[in-house]
Amino acid sequence: MAKRVALPLTVETLKELKAGDNVLLTGVMYVARDAAHKRMVEALDQGKPPPFDIKGQTIYYMGPTPARPGRVIGSAGPTTSGRMDVYTPRLIAAGLRGMVGKGMRSPAVKDALKKYQAVYLAAVGGTGALISKSIKRSEVIAYEELGTEAICRIEVEDFPVTVINDIYGSDLYQEGKAKYRVNDS
Amino acid sequence: MRDIKCKRITKAVSRLFQEACVYLPEDVLTAIKQARKNEESPAAKDVLDRILENAEIARKEKIPLCQDTGTAVVFLELGQEVHITGGDLYSAIDEGVRQGYEEGYLRKSMVRQPYSARVNTEDNTPAIIYTDIVPGDKLKITAMPKGAGAENMTRLTMLLPASGRQGIIDFVVKTIDEAGSNACPPLIVGVGIGGTAERTLILAKKALLRGVGKPNPDAEVAELERELLKRINNLGIGPMGYGGRTTALAVHIEVLPAHIASLPVAVNLQCHSARHKEVVL
Repeated sequence: MAKRVALPLTVETLKELKAGDNVLLTGVMYVARDAAHKRMVEALDQGKPPPFDIKGQTIYYMGPTPARPGRVIGSAGPTTSGRMDVYTPRLIAAGLRGMVGKGMRSPAVKDALKKYQAVYLAAVGGTGALISKSIKRSEVIAYEELGTEAICRIEVEDFPVTVINDIYGSDLYQEGKAKYRVNDS
Repeated sequence: MRDIKCKRITKAVSRLFQEACVYLPEDVLTAIKQARKNEESPAAKDVLDRILENAEIARKEKIPLCQDTGTAVVFLELGQEVHITGGDLYSAIDEGVRQGYEEGYLRKSMVRQPYSARVNTEDNTPAIIYTDIVPGDKLKITAMPKGAGAENMTRLTMLLPASGRQGIIDFVVKTIDEAGSNACPPLIVGVGIGGTAERTLILAKKALLRGVGKPNPDAEVAELERELLKRINNLGIGPMGYGGRTTALAVHIEVLPAHIASLPVAVNLQCHSARHKEVVL
């Protein structure tokens, strides 16, 4: 059974989340990928505030297809998180509490998750049509000129994710693989 | 000679990309359903169910299967008796990409000057086009919207000829192991062996277009495909990397002769959203 969890994530909620848990998220997330991460970290480096208050928030690594008329958003599945690894420890140190994407994170990101108490969640890659159904509102809030890479604020309802890296240092990608691995002689 | 108008090519390319991005091919669906039956891992079953549900929603509501509607890769088989009229062939294809990505509400994902400014070209051009000149008076166009998650895990190696079959197995299995969850498994694994460095990469990509799981007609190559599939699925990575039996749906190998000093091997990966569509004009 999936756990239902409210966004923004609280420290109490993080304690309940374990690698492998299926979770349904409801609340607000911010959408940002490669180009937006570069700009946010540049802003932090210059002592300027990023376009939204990162503290306690969750970022979804995603760049949607254009919405057809009358629809909230187009296809909206996760992109590969590893490309954000160079920026992520900085954002976690600034208070970022959750990330939603797909694919492996670097040791530096995993260390930051433990040190600052944050979680990495995955949505199922390649299911952007299905995922779009749980996004109820979407608005561009910054870097509009980046098009599909602009920062959006989205409201989600029962948005399905799986916990990959929890605050205790577990990693579903390593554990899942070890469980089903068959050693070839 | 048989005339084919550029306008007709543009229209075909536009339609192919729009359809490819919302309809998952039947052979892919069948392979995923079979994998669902064989899976032991509850997490893997759940992922495969969602992939199938996603395909159904995409088809019914014309929402792209994946938000990464790809680099527009186009394979042409151009009959040598064909005369292209009313413009130039590659511009006609780019125009088809431009129109298709706009009309189909597909994501434009190409950036100019990829190492610095990375400004979006706004129309998903240029298409990446490969042309084979073949006998006959037809033009076959294959549209392949290729997502970057799997493409980024591509590998090429120039093995020593002495490495032989075992060297190939070690390289391919290591590539899949390192790709892990990033490439969106379950995968179709395209392998090129032989030729030259760049030719074997194209072979590996073309291998992805074969009907899923259809073996290479050469018995020795087909046997290597079976062994690789078993070894890859023994890795345990599973659908989306959550652990399971299905890391790959199929391994497709294409082989060409190589230089006496060379054994080029390339691996090009296709995520489970294995989109491509063909037409013959």
